[in-house]
Amino acid sequence: MADNPAHSIHDYLAEFDDIPGTRVYTAARARKGYWINQFAMSMMKPENRARFKQDERAYLDEWDISEEGKQALLRRDYNALLDLGGNIYFLSKLFSADGIPFAEACSTMTDQTWPEYRQMMLDGGRSPVGLRSIKGGY
Amino acid sequence: MARITAGVGSSHVPLLGVAVDQGKDRDDYFSPIFAGYDWTREWEKEQKPDVIVLVYNDHASYFDMNIVPTFAIGCAERFGICDEGWGPRPVPDVEGHPDLAWHIAQSLILDDFDMTIVNKLDVDHGLTVPLSMMFDKPAKWPVKVIPLAVNVVTYPVPSGNRCWLLGEAIKKAVESFPEDLNVQIWGTGGMSHQLQGKRAGLLNREWDNKFLDMLESDSDEARFIPHIEYLRETGSEGIEMVMWLIMRGALGKKVKTLHRHYHIPCSNTAIGHIVLTPDT
Repeated sequence: MADNPAHSIHDYLAEFDDIPGTRVYTAARARKGYWINQFAMSMMKPENRARFKQDERAYLDEWDISEEGKQALLRRDYNALLDLGGNIYFLSKLFSADGIPFAEACSTMTDQTWPEYRQMMLDGGRSPVGLRSIKGGY
Repeated sequence: MARITAGVGSSHVPLLGVAVDQGKDRDDYFSPIFAGYDWTREWEKEQKPDVIVLVYNDHASYFDMNIVPTFAIGCAERFGICDEGWGPRPVPDVEGHPDLAWHIAQSLILDDFDMTIVNKLDVDHGLTVPLSMMFDKPAKWPVKVIPLAVNVVTYPVPSGNRCWLLGEAIKKAVESFPEDLNVQIWGTGGMSHQLQGKRAGLLNREWDNKFLDMLESDSDEARFIPHIEYLRETGSEGIEMVMWLIMRGALGKKVKTLHRHYHIPCSNTAIGHIVLTPDT
């Protein structure tokens, strides 16, 4: 717990890896994904969106992003982008530029199809039971 | 003397802004959400607050990864509307209150809160959606707004306790402002939601309502909820609820609940809304 001086930053960060299907946006991820996220921010300007849509690869080549990162961006593979340090609020500029609703983009990161995901949300969302802790299994 | 007369908690899901802007707010999907704000809209018309201290987070809209302020206060005369990837929302610019904002900023710094002062700021759905929920679609917002942006994206985000203490310091700052102003404080974001990974779509009605119960009580246990509990129980984006603790901390020990509303779902998110007044 961050408020408790008995807990170290190391313990604080280690707990984040114990949550199933979740990448907490830590400093380490923020550093790794810096250019992916800054690229995504550039999608907020209409002139950049237009240039990107015209030739995605050429636009991506203007950024200091690894080949793996560029491929993940071209595939719109959001789980891979999270692994590479992308953050969803930054990446949302990309799927907004694609005209994809937030919930639909979220569904692509899950095991569900978009209609299945939408129905799950209408039915009350995903239950946290069994998904709170990997080690604890609760 | 200025005083904080009420605290409002509200989700700020971007889709709610879309619903208002496109006139869908009373369709089958959105109606149960907006119906829970009807009471507050009428109440706000009676209250006529002069200023809202609006606690929200920027969703990588104005602040990118180049500058990540933990607590930033908007001291400008006016705030523009961000283009979040599909063009800016068609809502009026937001008018600030630089005199009170600078006063609060100075007071907070003297109270050991190292605020980032922002003199140029465009605001995103985190700030404009709560305004739409409370005031619908006016030609001009009926209130001045002091944006108070909190980093809840890049970890570590501030602790619940730190947020609560900031709320207490805001109360003290407002009460030392000589002009007679009716000030509300709004805490926005949440409630449970996860927007990423395989666990996306997580909602937790039980936990959210327990959190609302805590805000209503005169116990301050909510301030000690650790980050890991928000993450496990309410999804990775449920951490936004620490911003409600700034609002709650500014209301004093005892509060009265005027209104409370909860609905699942809105897009990926559980909607929560509460109106509290200090009970002295």
